[in-house]
Parts: sequence; C-alpha cells; structure tokens
Amino acid sequence: MEIDPFIFRLSIFILSIFIGYYVVWSVTPSLHTPLMSVTNAISSVIIVGAIIAALPGSSESVFSISSTLGFIAIILAAINIFGGFLVTQRMLQMYKKKKDKKK
Amino acid sequence: MISANLSAIFYLVSGILFILALRGLSSPDTSRQGNYFGIAGMIIAVVVTFLSIGNFSTSLIFVVIFLVIGGLIGAFIAFKIPMTAMPELVAGFHSLVGLAAVFVAIAAFLNPEAFNLGTVSNIKLASLIEMSIGAAVGAITFSGSIIAFLKLRGIMSGSPITFNGQHYLNLLLGLAIFFLIFYLCKTQSSGIFWTVVLISFLVGVLLIIPIGGADMPVVISMLNSYSGWAAAGIGFTLENTALIITGALVGSSGAILSYIMCKAMNRSFVSVILGGFGADNSVDDKKNKKDQKPVKSGNAEDAAFLMKNASSVIIVPGYGMAVAQAQHALREMVDKLKKNDIKVTYAIHPVAGRMPGHMNVLLAEANVPYDEVFELEDINNDFANSDVAFVIGANDVTNPVAKTDPQSPIFGMPVLDVEKCKSVLFVKRSLSPGYAGIDNELFYKDNTLMLFADAKKMTEDIVKNLD
Repeated sequence: MEIDPFIFRLSIFILSIFIGYYVVWSVTPSLHTPLMSVTNAISSVIIVGAIIAALPGSSESVFSISSTLGFIAIILAAINIFGGFLVTQRMLQMYKKKKDKKK
Repeated sequence: MISANLSAIFYLVSGILFILALRGLSSPDTSRQGNYFGIAGMIIAVVVTFLSIGNFSTSLIFVVIFLVIGGLIGAFIAFKIPMTAMPELVAGFHSLVGLAAVFVAIAAFLNPEAFNLGTVSNIKLASLIEMSIGAAVGAITFSGSIIAFLKLRGIMSGSPITFNGQHYLNLLLGLAIFFLIFYLCKTQSSGIFWTVVLISFLVGVLLIIPIGGADMPVVISMLNSYSGWAAAGIGFTLENTALIITGALVGSSGAILSYIMCKAMNRSFVSVILGGFGADNSVDDKKNKKDQKPVKSGNAEDAAFLMKNASSVIIVPGYGMAVAQAQHALREMVDKLKKNDIKVTYAIHPVAGRMPGHMNVLLAEANVPYDEVFELEDINNDFANSDVAFVIGANDVTNPVAKTDPQSPIFGMPVLDVEKCKSVLFVKRSLSPGYAGIDNELFYKDNTLMLFADAKKMTEDIVKNLD
C-alpha cells in the first residue's frame, strides 16, 4: 500500500521540531533577543503562500478577493522579512569583544 | 517554470539554511554569518516560488511592487527602532506573521484551485483541517500579539485584567473552535470558517489580557512559538517543506524560550498563562509594616567614593535601566572605573527586561564587550568575592526573600546573590515594590546604600564624582 504524502510531511515536521529543539538549546542566552527577531524573520517565509495566493492562473483578474488578500499578506510578510533580518543584523553588529581584539 | 520536484528540493535547501541561521546564534562570532544564511534561504524560497508558478503576467508586477513597499516599511522600522523598544517591535512583528497566516488561509479557502487543494466547497478534507488550524493559530497570534504590543508600549496598562469565569470562557471558546472545525469539514460552509477565524481573534485577546507586565518575557516567547505553529499549519496546507521546517523550528524555539523564562521565575507555564500574577492586594499592609524599617540612603558622591575604593564591581542591570535609557551613562561610568584598575563585570538575570536577552542587547548597544557580561549561573558565586554590587533598574531578581521566605510568591525563583557583596548600591526612584508586588529585603540590609534617583541621572552624577 502506498504511503500518504501527508505522512512524509508529518515526518519532516516532527524531525524539524527535534532539530529546532537541539539547535535552540545551543543558542547562547545573550543572543536570545536576536534569536527572536530572526525566527520572526524566517517564519515570514509564509510569503510563499501569499505569492501563490496573489498569482493565480493567468485567466483571472489581477485583484480578485483571494489575490487581494495575497497582496496584503505579501506586504505584511515583507515588512517582517526585511524588518526582521535587518534589525537582527543591526543587533548582531553591536556584539563586540573587548577593544584590543577588535579589528 | 520549474518542476514541482525541483522546487521541493530548493525549498528543502532554504529550510536547511534557516536551520544554519539559528545554529549561527550559538556564539556572537558566528551569528552574523548565520543571519546571512537566513537571508539566503529567504531569497531562494521567494525566487523558487515565482519560478514554480511561472505566471509572469501583470499580477507579477503588483507582487513586486507590494514586496518593495513592505520591504521599505520593514527596513525603515529596522533602522529607526531604538533598542529599548525591541520587545514591542518583536510583538508587533509576531502580529504581522499571524495576520499574514490568516490571510493566506482565507485566500486558500476562497480560491483552492490556485493552491491545488480542490475546488470551492469541495476542498480536500486534510487541507481544510490544516488551513483552519493555520487560520485559527494565526488569528490567535495576531490578536494576542497586538495586546502584548499595547501592553509593552504602555498604551494599555500592564496590570492583569481578570474577570470571573475567564478561564471557563477560554476553555469554552477553545472547544467551540474545535467543534466548528469538525462541522466545517462536514459542510464546507464558509460561514463556519469565518466564525472560526473570529472566535480565534477573540481567544487571542482573552489569552493575553490577564497576563501582567512582569510575565511579558514568557508571553513574547509564547507568541513567538504560536507564530511558528501558524506558519507550519499553512505549510501543511500548501504542502511546502520550507514552511513546515521553518514553522517547526520557530515553534520549538519559542517554546524553549518560554520554558527558560518560566524556569527563571520559578513559575509553571500554566500559572503564567492563567495570569493574574502581581494583582494581589494583600501586599499593601505588608509594605506599610516594612516601611518602618530604617533604610540607608546616599548620594552620588557616596557611591563614587565606594566604587573608587573597590577593586571589583558587579553591575546588575534591569528593566529600569532600559526605561531610563541609562545604558550609555552606565558604560561611561564603567570606563572611568576601569581606568582606575577596577574590575567590572555585568550580571544578567534571565528575566531582566521585558524579553529574553533584552539587557544583553542594550549593553551591546552601549558598546559593552559581550565577554564582560555574564549569566546568572556563571557569575553568582562571584558576588561573595566582590566589593560593590551596583544594582540599576533591577529589583525582584535580587530579592533575597526568594531564598529565605517560603511564604513569598517568588520563593524558589533563582536570584542574584547581590547581598553577599561587601556593599550594595541600589539605584531606584523610590521604595515601591517591583512587578511581583513584594518588598525587597535587600533595601534594609546594613550593607545596602539606596540611591534614590532616576537611573540615568544618578549614573551621570556618579560619573562626575569619579573625576
């Protein structure tokens, strides 16, 4: 009998939870704020869904209800992606060692 | 247009890059590289999505325009936001992820053909369950984060809002969502779908309003976790590996942070969620009683004298430092002390501030090298061998009551052993209790000198007196 593809996705999901568990425990506590902002940025990969919603088959009008929702979701996710990664970058730039070790 | 198999592989690559992005955060040295991995993963995911749809009509132009608009807003916020406002920013960003998830789920419900999920009112059963879960969790994340944002921003009072039967109402609404999704699967009715979304918005509000200001680190982490689960729910709907992996990563990351924060406060997750902490009115009479005890207070001159004659000083920053924006003045003070060959380190309690790692970021912003900043368990033994502890804006996390008084609401919470220092300088505006609503015994110790002033002003005055 064939295995439902859902089971494969579920396996990926569960294994990823385990990866997340071990990776996040190894994050140093002083970087917990950047961790939150970067997880925020990457969870905006939901923009993939927004793009699919906004770009339906070519025959339909540009602004149907569902594609409009897609466009709004694109704006929201884009704010998050750019805002999240840039603010993380800005924070990480500030973490420096003692002056004599600074290049 | 690229094949579904090829795009699935690219989505996997971007998922792996996201894992590496989190992995990079294990040390500040590798963290910047990690962030680039994250950005690369995002670019791959977006480009592959465009290629796999292969629709290059006018819609695409609009997609790009909206992408740029959002990007500009995001970039503007990222560069303008002061570091003290990070908790609000993160809460605000969570709400956007939540809302985006809701919109994608609604779009998928209204136009399932675009997502290959069947046709209107004949959506595949599994997809319908997945999208309603995605929509529900997204809606809870959105409205919950908005409330957290308003509380952190001070627009809404940080004190818990509770009413009778609150928990039963939440339970009831939770069950209602569950049953409505069940009926949605049977009927495919859009009315039920909208009801699920609306109830979920309400649940988000109700979940966060009873939680007080001091528990905000847990709330933010929890909402972080929710935003991940929402993304994962949408990932299942779209059958997209990148989203599933990312959702799982973010979900477990937020859950771990919530756990760490709860442990640092010695609270169970359930008691934080049920809320109402710090609303206890019985503290008033206790406070009046304690007010009779003598308190030694000093001025900037005394503090400067004490520190100048010390050989080691430990700084204990807290949320008050962030409120007063005193981190730069503090750094100046530390520079002066170091010039006099005084050893200075920083001790940070896990729940200092309003989000995990908040103090570390503020100190980093003030150019404090991260290798002078220590976590609770790494520095707690050093207090006994140090001359001066300089407590600036922290309160409950230094309260020795947590170790001595089993009656105290914070009993058992790990605290910084500040009182073991030869002398303690405590900068505070008044003797009022902290967020836990309890009096700090440290104020009345013989070796404590209270410095009653605004944290920033006091630090600046000390700097002047150090010359």
